[in-house]
Amino acid sequence: MDSEEALDRLPVAVRDLTVAYRDTPVLWDVDVSMPEGKMIAIVGPNGAGKSTLIKSILNLVPLTSGNVTIYGKTYKAQRSMVGYVPQRGSVDWDFPTTTLDVVQMGMYGKLGWIRRPGKRERDVALECLEKVGMASYANRQISQLSGGQQQRVFLARALAQDAQIYFMDEPFAGVDATTERAIVDIMRELRESGKTLVVVHHNLETVPEYFDWVILLNVRVIASGPVEEVFTREAIQKAYGGRMTFLPDSVGEPSGPLRRAESLGD
Amino acid sequence: MLDLLHDVIFDYTLRNVALGSALLGIVGGVLGSFAVLRRQGLLGDALAHTALPGICLAFMLTGLRTPLVLMAGAAITGWIGTLIIIKVVQDTRISEDSALGIVLSVFFGIGIVLLTYIQQSNNANQAGLDRYLFGQAATLVQSHVITMAVLGGAALLCVALLFKEFKLLSFDPEFAASIGFPVGKLNVLLTSLIVIAVVIGLQTVGVVLMAAMLVGPAAAARQWTNRLSVMLGLAALFGAAAGVSGAMISVTASRLPTGPMVILCMTAIVIVSLLFAPERGLVWDAVRQRSSRRRILQGGPG
Repeated sequence: MDSEEALDRLPVAVRDLTVAYRDTPVLWDVDVSMPEGKMIAIVGPNGAGKSTLIKSILNLVPLTSGNVTIYGKTYKAQRSMVGYVPQRGSVDWDFPTTTLDVVQMGMYGKLGWIRRPGKRERDVALECLEKVGMASYANRQISQLSGGQQQRVFLARALAQDAQIYFMDEPFAGVDATTERAIVDIMRELRESGKTLVVVHHNLETVPEYFDWVILLNVRVIASGPVEEVFTREAIQKAYGGRMTFLPDSVGEPSGPLRRAESLGD
Repeated sequence: MLDLLHDVIFDYTLRNVALGSALLGIVGGVLGSFAVLRRQGLLGDALAHTALPGICLAFMLTGLRTPLVLMAGAAITGWIGTLIIIKVVQDTRISEDSALGIVLSVFFGIGIVLLTYIQQSNNANQAGLDRYLFGQAATLVQSHVITMAVLGGAALLCVALLFKEFKLLSFDPEFAASIGFPVGKLNVLLTSLIVIAVVIGLQTVGVVLMAAMLVGPAAAARQWTNRLSVMLGLAALFGAAAGVSGAMISVTASRLPTGPMVILCMTAIVIVSLLFAPERGLVWDAVRQRSSRRRILQGGPG
């Protein structure tokens, strides 16, 4: 299936990827393809290597072996097609800058060296803030934003990147229900316009509701494919090593839906 | 007061002292701001201390006391120290603060040993090398100030050109890498610029207290503004004010070393900023808490 032509049309192809910190493998022989125009969840227990998978695709961590292609070429060549929403907690929100300024950072890559953002960049940034419902916060110092607002600002920054593929690291972590709804709506809009979204996700319950495609990860890939086919009880328990005592109602099984009582040992 | 102003403009020594310490304050303030925002305030301290063996070695090898020679020596060992810190953090399980502590004390210890050796060697030329410990602005001459201006000007020009890059590097290095910024190289460049700031301050403030001229102006400036560009400007202003006033006290009042005087002036600015800056000032914080407590006790949030 890996003819070169097919690879060209694949937003993300990861081949034989192994990543190790010192002697400990974080990802082991990972082989996944991510199809175009889908909302793709990366799911797995803590320490499964979910963020590391995104970071290795984005060339942010050194690969021990294997390779990654974005639409058939290296990340370096395709960088402008990629948007990134890092974990909200990865930056210092007391940094002296405004909401609008953070969103403009999404355009720094296209601006190139030395050139500063001007009127055009300002307008685009305002438009992106409008989309996430944060236009009235444009001139706020970022330390005054709530967790949900910070996440929206990061999303707006990614929108300003005007990418084809978006990578989001736990965009729902610590946000309120309204913000989660708003973010999902924007993600769906992006999907409708043909973009691909790759999301590190923690809440198993909402996987079938939000996502088309799922990658179950625990150092190795446990399962990868359409949610209705591969998001099964067996796969989840395999990924979580039998530590799951609770599984959502909506989790399907090839042989029919799984009931909550079952997983509680009924 | 007017006499002093007159002297600063027309007196050769005072003019050099004022210009030199202003330069130190401006460059230290601007680059220190980035160090502080990246939570690397201690790196400046380590850098300054690791410069001491470089000064001594440069003197021992060349027998010269020309500032440019000593500055080059300082920059080289400062650099080696930084590289060791970065390496140790990368390749071992030793944490950054321990690595900083180890490298700082080892290099400074070697520096003191070398300095003592030089002082006992009866080299007629060695007198005054110990001034680099706490600084002696009175020894500044015009050629030193010109060297400082060229180095400092180059560093500031770099910051002006790469303002957007350094800002993103400081705020979100991972995102910066994802959009193709050469984060490693920018990091090395920014650290090198901090080395320049340290080297500029050696003669005036000395290696022991130089870190305060990086951290102090930045910490004070952060209190007054929420914009990075304004913060850099204010840090430069505070740094220059502390540098000039400290140097003036040290030169005119008595033969006090300059470093401690500059630091005392800087401390005054920092304390006022911590207490009274609008929004972030501790005094207003306390006032706000009191009034809101009273409001709550009197019933209701309204």
